[in-house]
Amino acid sequence: MNLLVIFISAALINNFVLSQFLGICPFVGVSKKIDSAFSMGIAVTFVMVIAAMVTWLIYHLILVPFRLEILEYVAFILVIASLVQLVEMFIRKVSKPLYDALGIFLPLITTNCAILGLALNAVLNDYNITETLFYSIGAGLGFTLALVIMAGIREELELVDIPHSFRGAAITMVIAGSLALAFMGFAGLI
Amino acid sequence: MKQKTAIQEFLKGLWDENPVLVSLLGLCPTLAVTVSAINGLAMGLAATFVLLCSAFLVSLLRKVIPNQVRIASYIVIIATFVTIADRFLAAYTPDISKALGPFIPLIIVNCIILGRMEAFASKNGIGRSLLDALGMGAGFTLTLLVLSSIREILGSGTWFGMQLMWPSFAAWKVMVLPPGAFLTLGCMIAAANWINTRRRS
Repeated sequence: MNLLVIFISAALINNFVLSQFLGICPFVGVSKKIDSAFSMGIAVTFVMVIAAMVTWLIYHLILVPFRLEILEYVAFILVIASLVQLVEMFIRKVSKPLYDALGIFLPLITTNCAILGLALNAVLNDYNITETLFYSIGAGLGFTLALVIMAGIREELELVDIPHSFRGAAITMVIAGSLALAFMGFAGLI
Repeated sequence: MKQKTAIQEFLKGLWDENPVLVSLLGLCPTLAVTVSAINGLAMGLAATFVLLCSAFLVSLLRKVIPNQVRIASYIVIIATFVTIADRFLAAYTPDISKALGPFIPLIIVNCIILGRMEAFASKNGIGRSLLDALGMGAGFTLTLLVLSSIREILGSGTWFGMQLMWPSFAAWKVMVLPPGAFLTLGCMIAAANWINTRRRS
């Protein structure tokens, strides 16, 4: 039950994009087409789950026993950067079409604050390894959901007559605001 | 491109290349911490500190760092200064440190900082890099200050904790909640676009 609560809370109630403001850059940048938004979401989820597992192990098996918690940030970001590199090589080897579809967004996952935010939050909330697993899957799916919804709306927007100053990022922000308003409705879920 | 004078190097960060309103960088902390003016200011100053120190070090080491590992090196440099800023805030202003929560460590992945390192500090001398960093930091801080002031005044009727609105003012609760951040920033970006188009024509 507890695991389910963590999962739903990460995916909907505390949605990473719309209520915690993590991963806004890809949310604005990659949400023009549903296809690429979906691939991006899956890639981020994938990196999130692995990164959360590895950083959890590093934090609890290396940093805590040696009293090196002060190195938390440096250690985490290095792990994430090398992990993204590894995932990139892996995907290129296993599935070339997927690699081509993701293109530049794959290396950019390193600077996606949702990944580092997830790793830090898991430590902050004192989750054990199973809880971290569910937390990261929930967060990743929530991110994908927000991205795909946004992409769907933006595809429609292309046909709409928007005031000149609001074109581009401004209208995206306003729409994200209404989406965030809608997602607040999930707060009563648990 | 014509070489900019020192003062132009500083001023471009304030408006023409404003990191938030024009380049749309560093949106996550911008949206998340601007619930109250004091938080916005603290975040802006912390990011400026990291930006200045990292720009100094990156610019100093720009001939030493091999090209292939430059991004990783920048990130380690940035992460080091973020740790310093984080410990400093936790020691001297525990309340603010608590309010900003994970967004202080997240300065590491703030694209403004990495972007300036890659685009400017790694190619220019120390003096120019510091000016550029100072301008970008000031632009970031000012934008955060305006955004957080709007949100705090409308959302809680106060500014830096002082009561500003008349007593019967009904606070717009939505402004301090996540949707308010998106809506306010959207309007600010639109306003910046509008002013820029007006100036050009």
